[in-house]
Amino acid sequence: MAPILEVRTLNRRFGGLKAVCDVSFTVAENQIKAVIGPNGAGKTTLFNLISGALPADSGQVVFREREIQECQPWQIARAGMARTYQNIKLFPGMTALENVMIGRHCRSRAGFAAGMLNLPRTWKEEREIREKSLELLELLEIADLAETEAVSLAFGQQRGVEFARALAAKPKLLLLDEPAAGLNMHETAEVARLIVKIRDLGITVLLVEHDMSLVMDISDEIVVLSFGQKIAEDVPTGIQQNPEVIKIYLGDGDDA
Amino acid sequence: MTPELFLQYIFAGLTYGIIYAIVAIGFNIIYNTTGIINFAQGEFVMLGGMIAISLQKLLPLPLAIGLAVLITMLVGALIEIVFIRWLDRPSVLRLIIITIGISILSREAALHIWGESVRALPYFVGNEISAVAIFGARISPQVLWVMGVCTVMVILLSLFFRYTLTGQKMQACSANRKAATLCGINTRNMVTLSFMLSAGIGALAGCVMSPITYTSYDGGTELAIKGFTVAIMGGLGNSMAAVAAGLLLGLIESFSISLMPLAYKDAIAISILLLILFVRPHGLFGRKDAASLKEF
Amino acid sequence: MKRYLPLFVLLVLVVLVQLATSWSGTTYYLTQLTMSAYYSLVIIGLCLLMGYTGQISLGHAGFFAIGGYVSALLTTHNLVAYQDQAWIALLVKFGCLVAGKDLYGGPLLVVQPWVACLAAVAVTVLIAFLIGGPVLKLKGHYLAMATLGFGTIIYRVVLANRLFGEADGISSVPPFHLLPGVTVSGGFGARISNYYIAWGLVLIFMILLINLIHSRVGRALRAIHGSEEAANAMGVNTARYKLNIFVLSAAVAALAGVFLTHYNGGIGPSEAGIMKSVRYVAIVAVGGMASIWGALSMGVILNFLSLRGVFGSYDDAVFGTILIVIMLFAPEGLLRLKLYSRWKKRRGVE
Repeated sequence: MAPILEVRTLNRRFGGLKAVCDVSFTVAENQIKAVIGPNGAGKTTLFNLISGALPADSGQVVFREREIQECQPWQIARAGMARTYQNIKLFPGMTALENVMIGRHCRSRAGFAAGMLNLPRTWKEEREIREKSLELLELLEIADLAETEAVSLAFGQQRGVEFARALAAKPKLLLLDEPAAGLNMHETAEVARLIVKIRDLGITVLLVEHDMSLVMDISDEIVVLSFGQKIAEDVPTGIQQNPEVIKIYLGDGDDA
Repeated sequence: MTPELFLQYIFAGLTYGIIYAIVAIGFNIIYNTTGIINFAQGEFVMLGGMIAISLQKLLPLPLAIGLAVLITMLVGALIEIVFIRWLDRPSVLRLIIITIGISILSREAALHIWGESVRALPYFVGNEISAVAIFGARISPQVLWVMGVCTVMVILLSLFFRYTLTGQKMQACSANRKAATLCGINTRNMVTLSFMLSAGIGALAGCVMSPITYTSYDGGTELAIKGFTVAIMGGLGNSMAAVAAGLLLGLIESFSISLMPLAYKDAIAISILLLILFVRPHGLFGRKDAASLKEF
Repeated sequence: MKRYLPLFVLLVLVVLVQLATSWSGTTYYLTQLTMSAYYSLVIIGLCLLMGYTGQISLGHAGFFAIGGYVSALLTTHNLVAYQDQAWIALLVKFGCLVAGKDLYGGPLLVVQPWVACLAAVAVTVLIAFLIGGPVLKLKGHYLAMATLGFGTIIYRVVLANRLFGEADGISSVPPFHLLPGVTVSGGFGARISNYYIAWGLVLIFMILLINLIHSRVGRALRAIHGSEEAANAMGVNTARYKLNIFVLSAAVAALAGVFLTHYNGGIGPSEAGIMKSVRYVAIVAVGGMASIWGALSMGVILNFLSLRGVFGSYDDAVFGTILIVIMLFAPEGLLRLKLYSRWKKRRGVE
């Protein structure tokens, strides 16, 4: 079976800095794959390249056997890739429910004319969008926050809303940018459980994360980046024993 | 077209061109230090001329001009202090609208102080019919004054920015404001200084061009648009390029009279502006990353 | 249904005001209120553009002028000299042209107002589509200057062209028969009916807008306003939405231009000028960038006062001052002043 995502010799530099340097890896369908590496390794840049938020200097990104590196983010979203953000980008001035409903945008159709004239055929679609969005909020156990302004919620709850929003897009591949950042141990365990549940629903997950326990617990495979380059790609046990990986995290052991 | 007429067009083009360049440099100075585009830049030019015209009834001409420039510089500083200094991380949109408002208010104030009539400073040397022959073309001495004064201003400015401590401090602000603050440079004062400097050169240009182009309360807007066009042509922030671009625009406008009705002359600058913004926003001489706007 | 409640209030207000002026013999106020209604249409469209997609337009008067001038030109330009040409005969056959008598009793052949109106809006939409693409790629100052430049070009073109009447503009624009019995014109007897035509147009547009805001598209627009990057990532084609709003606001401005031109019987170059564009922006800013009700109410109040001459020779200065004061102290508009939102929070209202 072809991999759902294939990254081929992706390159991106900012001025003199090579943020992503000849990175290649694949993600198999229904897998949980993690990208780890020290700060500044280029992980978020990599995500931005894959999701189309940033253009690559060279290389290809192949998603469901289609090359997408030239595509706009909205086209990639429609093709079935959704993402969350490290710093949470919820829409201010909108409730939690409305935020999730936006996630559904690429799966619905009512346009300008239909909207302005309030045509009956849009009522059913709106109802459906609303119901599905509420279901997702229930899945994340924050349905009672539906009518609260999203940006006024607690951090952990905002993360939940962003999750729900990404899921509303019915993605085949979900990109999670540091989903456990800023969460305590208990919340992190919740997130881990949630990610596995999502994978069991048939969605492939690619995540960037610093929390090693989360990563080692749930990942099927791990890619390690350092200074923009791929150092290793292996199952968790293999990564834990990889001397290169140990070196970049813990140093040479020579500085006493 | 006779060679004399050709030369006539050239001089006209260069004269207006260098004035546009001065306005553009005024834009650049403020933009470089603060990231703001000062829509009221044209009004500085207008004010310089208007104030000088009023003063020269009481004082000898050089004194009137000097005082007018000084007063306009104070107005520039006042504008910055009253409207801009105390804003807390304002958005670009907000700043644009504020400077537009300042431009309008300055115009209306000028209207109510000096009325609608069009005025002019007396010619520095001779009068409106005196002419100097240059390679057969008859050029008013005032044209030479304009070109001379503006050229001197450009030279002095580049010396200022390169060799004086204050000039270098302003350069530091423009390169990286935060870093400049960390170096102990009082960036707030640098901002005020940039407004004063822009106001000063604008005012002087306004005085020196007044006999030829006349001064009226609403002359600032058009100059601002053309000055901005020139600034963009050279790449925002690049003052040397602005000089080249200004002369270029002046020449294009001047020769356009021989190709299309006079009434369309003013539309040329705007068309060039739109063309550049659509096709090459970083200007003819700028680099691509310069097109991303600076932070205030 | 409750979203339409303010509209009912507006309708009642409109009727009440008309009855009040008739009862007190002050129906001349209706003239300014009619004109204010048309200007407010432009302002509401601009509010949509500035508030929901965050694009400033300093040249919106240009679109108003295109609409007004095109319809004025078509309904006054005598084509009788070309009446032998094939395509003119074709237009006559389709009922697009109307024959009559000019001021001196000679034969007159002009475009029928309905056709002229459609043509005016179509031209505006075309131009908006053409320049919208490149303009909306610009940001901040560049966008402001590009729109300013656009407005200025329109102004220069109508000022310089004999076809558009140069500094005098176009006058003797005929009345516009919308429907049997409903005519847009400036005659004394038609004051009340024209008042209702203008406000009818405003109400229709408000209904459409309120529907839009509450629809899927409206949600997408609010998302774009909140975070363009995230909206894009969620599948919203932000570039196309921004362009559509730009064109929509241009079309509305043009329509207002057409109607006001027929109402006034003419149009002049000042309608395309910078000061008009600045005025529109000032009013949107005061009303609150994303509040169409704020834009409408401020649009009516300020235009009415201005048209009544309350500001005297300080007219432009007033709008300039409003602009500065609002931007300095209440950039979110008067309705969103920090005090107000603090009051709302304390009362637990949200």
